Amino acid sequence: MEHVILRHRNIPDLHRLEVYQAHGGYEGWHKAVTEMKPDALIDLVKASGLRGRGGAGFPAGLKWSFIPKDIFPKYVVVNADESEPGTFKDREIIERNPHQLIEGVALACYAVQAGTGYIYLRGEFKQPARILQKALDEARAAGLIGQNLFGTNYSLDIQLHLGAGAYICGEETALLESLEGKLGQPRNRPPFPALVGLYSKPTVINNVETLANVPPIALNGADWYKKLGTEKSPGTKVFCLSGRVNRPGNYELPLGTPFRVLIEDLGGGIIGGKALKGILPAGASALILPASAIDVPMDYESVAAAGSMLGSASIIVLDETVDILWATEKMVRFFRHESCGKCTPCREGTHWLVREMERIRRGEGKPQDIDLLLDITKNMSGKCFCLLGDFATSSIVSTIKHFRGEYEAATRTNGQ
Amino acid sequence: MLSAAARAEIEAHLKKYPTKRSAIIPALYIAQRAHGYLTPEAIRDVAQVLELEPTEVRSVAGFYSLFYKEPVGKHVIHFCNDLPCALRGADEFLKKLCARLGVEPHGTTGDGMFTVEPAMCLAACDRAPLMQVDLDYFENLTEEKLDEILDGFRTGTIQTDAASVIKSELA
Ligand SMILES: Cc1cc2nc3c(=O)[nH]c(=O)nc-3n(C[C@H](O)[C@H](O)[C@H](O)COP(=O)(O)O)c2cc1C
Ligand code: SF4
Ligand code: FES
Repeated sequence: MEHVILRHRNIPDLHRLEVYQAHGGYEGWHKAVTEMKPDALIDLVKASGLRGRGGAGFPAGLKWSFIPKDIFPKYVVVNADESEPGTFKDREIIERNPHQLIEGVALACYAVQAGTGYIYLRGEFKQPARILQKALDEARAAGLIGQNLFGTNYSLDIQLHLGAGAYICGEETALLESLEGKLGQPRNRPPFPALVGLYSKPTVINNVETLANVPPIALNGADWYKKLGTEKSPGTKVFCLSGRVNRPGNYELPLGTPFRVLIEDLGGGIIGGKALKGILPAGASALILPASAIDVPMDYESVAAAGSMLGSASIIVLDETVDILWATEKMVRFFRHESCGKCTPCREGTHWLVREMERIRRGEGKPQDIDLLLDITKNMSGKCFCLLGDFATSSIVSTIKHFRGEYEAATRTNGQ
Repeated sequence: MLSAAARAEIEAHLKKYPTKRSAIIPALYIAQRAHGYLTPEAIRDVAQVLELEPTEVRSVAGFYSLFYKEPVGKHVIHFCNDLPCALRGADEFLKKLCARLGVEPHGTTGDGMFTVEPAMCLAACDRAPLMQVDLDYFENLTEEKLDEILDGFRTGTIQTDAASVIKSELA
């Protein structure tokens, strides 16, 4: 497999500027600034069909086109908060191929004519941030970032910003609040960040992997890109494989590759040759898929059609030895811990979910507690201020759907 | 009081943003280094430099888990036992870590060397079991490796920059 994103796996020392440049690095950037109109770059990314890799799969070029032309300054903000359980791709890109990210940020800035880009890294990324800062300093020293680039009147500054431990800051409006120095709590929408974003100015927010796709597109064109992946989900994706498999890790594959190839061929199958029990296709946030989903293609449409979402493609594998209630309690605990506390259904609901799961797991649950759990999720779904509240219900709703027998077994002894 | 060097460092961060307030997280990290946690005085110092009310700074500090409001050990261990790591034995390994140090989760060792905090996903799930010590990664842990690491911190052969800064600022 030829890598588009994880190119460092084929090219040693790609994190060094001269190596990156020897392999086409910053050529697309030079060409864009010296030869292309910003709109032409937006059109190119639109034509490539590149979709956001941070979760929602929103078309990147279209997002950029929403930025008003006549309001200044504007900003590009990179989401490197990477905190969804099971996700570890952005970190590999940042540590091993940092210049491709920087070039992608630069291209996004030029496309929307932003003069400043901020890369928001989760606070725990102290080491990755150091590597990225070094790459940024190199790019600056080489005149690739800075004032009057390549003799034009376009100037660009890129800054790193470390968060301080809060999953919710991955939600784009909470991220903006945090970057402005406030509590990381989501904002009302509308207005959308494209119009009223960072410091109330037009702002593009993209995931690390999304932007790392842009330099190869700028260099090789949209038609080349569209040859990879599926018609509606073009390109490759870095799939994070974790859980009960022999070879966990990041695997870059064309979108549309079936789960089976990832789990069995590349991941070396399940530890100890055990049977597959379930797949979490997008960390703790998405609905669990039963083992029968093994042949579903991993692209945005197919995973949605199978009843879940591809999200950031953090695939957690559960085998037959895994106690579903234990795994579910882990996930609801995550969301209770990460609820930002702004709205009641999420703040209280995640609390109740954990309490009920604990009771059932202690053997103190009654059969009707299964419906009580579902009731709590109904009071959360669609009623929370941001999507975290909905995410918090996914594991409960979907494990009760597919593994109700385990809940019944855990509550049966307590009769009515 | 913030040292002159710490003040200068915060000033450098201010240049990155159009508002002073945006530098609150970097400033709090810098202020936290002197004692390992945020003292009321550190909060007041940051508020003064950023021209904010101490209560505002305190509420921001309270929101984020990497700011400590109480004294912590010289080294803070974040050990991941979130679902993907737990599927690879992290819960059992955390018990061993705690037993080695003679602490409960969230506890600090009697000699003040280590605080152990169970952590949510640290974006390294393919390298479980793993921990961060002062936010430096230590991955694919085995019991032997763990002993070496803990010894290394005790004897000073392993230094994270958080620890070395505390030493130099208090010197
Ligand atoms: C609770 C929550 C957490 C999120 N965490 C992340 C994250 O860690 N990284 C990320 O890129 N996007 C995350 N997102 C999605 C962002 O809000 C946003 O959609 C994304 O950064 C847009 O970039 P993209 O279009 O390039 O995917 C999260 C969303 C929600 C609701
Ligand atoms: S849903 Fe949860 S995370 Fe989102 S705003 Fe409400 S309390 Fe905060
Ligand atoms: S679950 Fe431990 S690093 Fe992701």
